[in-house]
Amino acid sequence: MSERLDVRKTYKLFIGGAFPRSESGRSYVVNDAKGRFWANAALASRKDARDAVVAARNAQPGWAGRTGYNRGQVLYRVAELLEGRRGQFVAEVSRGEGLSTRKAEAVVDASIDRWVWYAGWTDKVAQVLGNANPVAGPYFNLSTPEPTGVVAVVAPQDSSLLGLVSVAAPVVATGSTVVVLASETAPLPAITLAEVLATSDLPGGVVNMLTGRAAEVAPWLATHADVNAIDLTGVGDADLAGDLEADAAGTLKRVRRPAGAKTADWTDGPGTDRLGWTMEIKTVWHPMGV
Amino acid sequence: MTGPMSFDYAPAPESRSVVDLRSSYGLFIDGKFADPADARSFKTVNPATEEVLAEVGEAGPADVDRAVTAARRAHTKVWGPMPGRERAKYLFRIARIVQERSRELAVAETLDNGKPIRESRDSDLPLVAAWFFYYAGWADKLEHAGLGADPRPLGVAGQVIPWNFPLMMLAWKIAPALACGNTVVLKPAETTPLTALLFADVCRQADLPPGVVNIVTGAGATGQALVEHPDVDKVAFTGSTPVGRQIARAVAGSTKRVTLELGGKAANVVFDDAPLDQAVEGIVNGIFFNQGHVCCAGSRLLVQENVHDEVLERLKRRMATLRVGDPLDKNTDVGAINSAEQLARIRALTDVGDAEGAERWSAPCELPAHGYWFAPTLFTGVSQAHRIAREEIFGPVLSVLTFRTPHEAVAKANNTPYGLSAGVWTEKGSRILWMAERLRAGVVWANTFNQFDPASPFGGYRESGYGREGGRQGLAGYLA
Repeated sequence: MSERLDVRKTYKLFIGGAFPRSESGRSYVVNDAKGRFWANAALASRKDARDAVVAARNAQPGWAGRTGYNRGQVLYRVAELLEGRRGQFVAEVSRGEGLSTRKAEAVVDASIDRWVWYAGWTDKVAQVLGNANPVAGPYFNLSTPEPTGVVAVVAPQDSSLLGLVSVAAPVVATGSTVVVLASETAPLPAITLAEVLATSDLPGGVVNMLTGRAAEVAPWLATHADVNAIDLTGVGDADLAGDLEADAAGTLKRVRRPAGAKTADWTDGPGTDRLGWTMEIKTVWHPMGV
Repeated sequence: MTGPMSFDYAPAPESRSVVDLRSSYGLFIDGKFADPADARSFKTVNPATEEVLAEVGEAGPADVDRAVTAARRAHTKVWGPMPGRERAKYLFRIARIVQERSRELAVAETLDNGKPIRESRDSDLPLVAAWFFYYAGWADKLEHAGLGADPRPLGVAGQVIPWNFPLMMLAWKIAPALACGNTVVLKPAETTPLTALLFADVCRQADLPPGVVNIVTGAGATGQALVEHPDVDKVAFTGSTPVGRQIARAVAGSTKRVTLELGGKAANVVFDDAPLDQAVEGIVNGIFFNQGHVCCAGSRLLVQENVHDEVLERLKRRMATLRVGDPLDKNTDVGAINSAEQLARIRALTDVGDAEGAERWSAPCELPAHGYWFAPTLFTGVSQAHRIAREEIFGPVLSVLTFRTPHEAVAKANNTPYGLSAGVWTEKGSRILWMAERLRAGVVWANTFNQFDPASPFGGYRESGYGREGGRQGLAGYLA
């Protein structure tokens, strides 16, 4: 009896809704948690990062222009499709992070529920972070949060799916678009997630996924003039994080610093912490009078 | 329409075949349909044809008690302790099933209510789904709603809804109640029970635990038994101001929480600088949407005196193009009056309008031979003392008054015991806001009318009731 040989997947980048290889032609070896060869992932270059920013910028006005209700529907659809691929994600998270099947299932379930959590925020965040202001004069005065634009995210290294979802979903929920640099050592669930995003009514370019080395790619994102904010959550090296923050100062990007010594427990309830930091408050004045 | 430019519309009926109605329905209690204890029933008819659609169970006090008991058990054992994120997923499921079955539900709504399919399909059903989506998202975020650090459900909600937007009112009631962790016993109106009974099947498809949603059909006595049941923690009512008063009296001295969404006599204020064609569309939408069976209808047109004649001329021209007739026809603008009783009330009040000296004008249109119909109508020469300027007609009847200054417009607009909504038409933004600040109404529409969204609170001042539905504020009525 001959055993059937499995067909293995090529893990590529996800830019503007398409799956290109790195323009550099490079790849790097990704091992599973037991140190065995798993796949050759694309090793993203400066050019790939810049292409991803262009795609994110092109997608941003249209995405922000959708109603919160519509964005919520699209993000909820992502959760529906994730649920359908639950088994595949459990297998990848288990193999990549070295978790038991039961623990990997809990991680995947939490990841799906997190999409649902953020899908529900799209049409509520303005009601929680915005307000009418009782100014001392005959003026209507209203503050509302708006998406900042294009956000670069260095995803957590240790939590390849739940951590990734936890940092990327809030950015797109509020109307920004995102360039994510996936976990360097466990990037494969990010690319499988991109396959879900590519088939879930999410417009191309809203989420762009890069795999590679933070030390190589993140500086290009930190200095890029068309990136409005950068999340350094997944930057483990404190010196690199400091350098990236200094780089970001050149264009006054909003910077989210890494958590530092304490490792994040991504299974904790997410709260609203990650919703506001990529939003700008806009206040409108209008006189009242006959 | 007359003259060489007129076109006849070909009939464009929506198919009834998407709806599979049973000949009789029981009560939906604890996840199952069951006949009422005393086997009483009533008929629900299609108001456009007077055809009987189905026989529906009439719940007596014993049935209401069974429903409240089931809701209490479900609240204590299942729904109350369930984490918000799990409740959320049930509500998302319901929203999706409503979307999937929306054409079926729209046709059923039009059959039972008489409203045009264009409205049930494009307005009611999308809002029903949106309401469940919106409040689904709140179910796991209640501590972020600004209503305290540890918001708790109230328990069992008894909900009584009207016949003008049957499924939409169901969604406005059930979605926030469930999101907040309450269970419900809902009584739909006696003339429009069918979509609530179809909704029971939506709950079944969503695997909603038994007892979380219970539907008891019946008339006023059923509603009264529900409102007065000692184990109901919260009463939510949408309907007439007289019944709202009775409910407020009935719960007085108890610990029951109450929200009431009652009648209205909204002023729609048109200034001389308004874009008149747009304003005329808004006036028409304001009073003839849903045959004027709308508590927030713009039933009093306040038009600035110097543009009165021009507005009236354009308005009559526009009203003459409204298509009144078969609600299932996709070209119909104005459908059937919901019941013989409501038609009699509209006729009685408009007769008073004639008797008190206002001048009646009705759009020239042919009304069907069967069913309940009333042509779109307006009265000019109406004074503030006329009953048609003071009382809610709840039909396609507009009372036209005039004003000269913004202050006079505000005084006349607020000269009503109601305060549900108001409209303002002007190109001047500062005047919109000045008016909005002074109008004593829960919703003010500027250069638009009859807009609804689950994110936007809705509810009245004064005798239009209390509490808000929609938005973050819509959670408050269901949380302790």
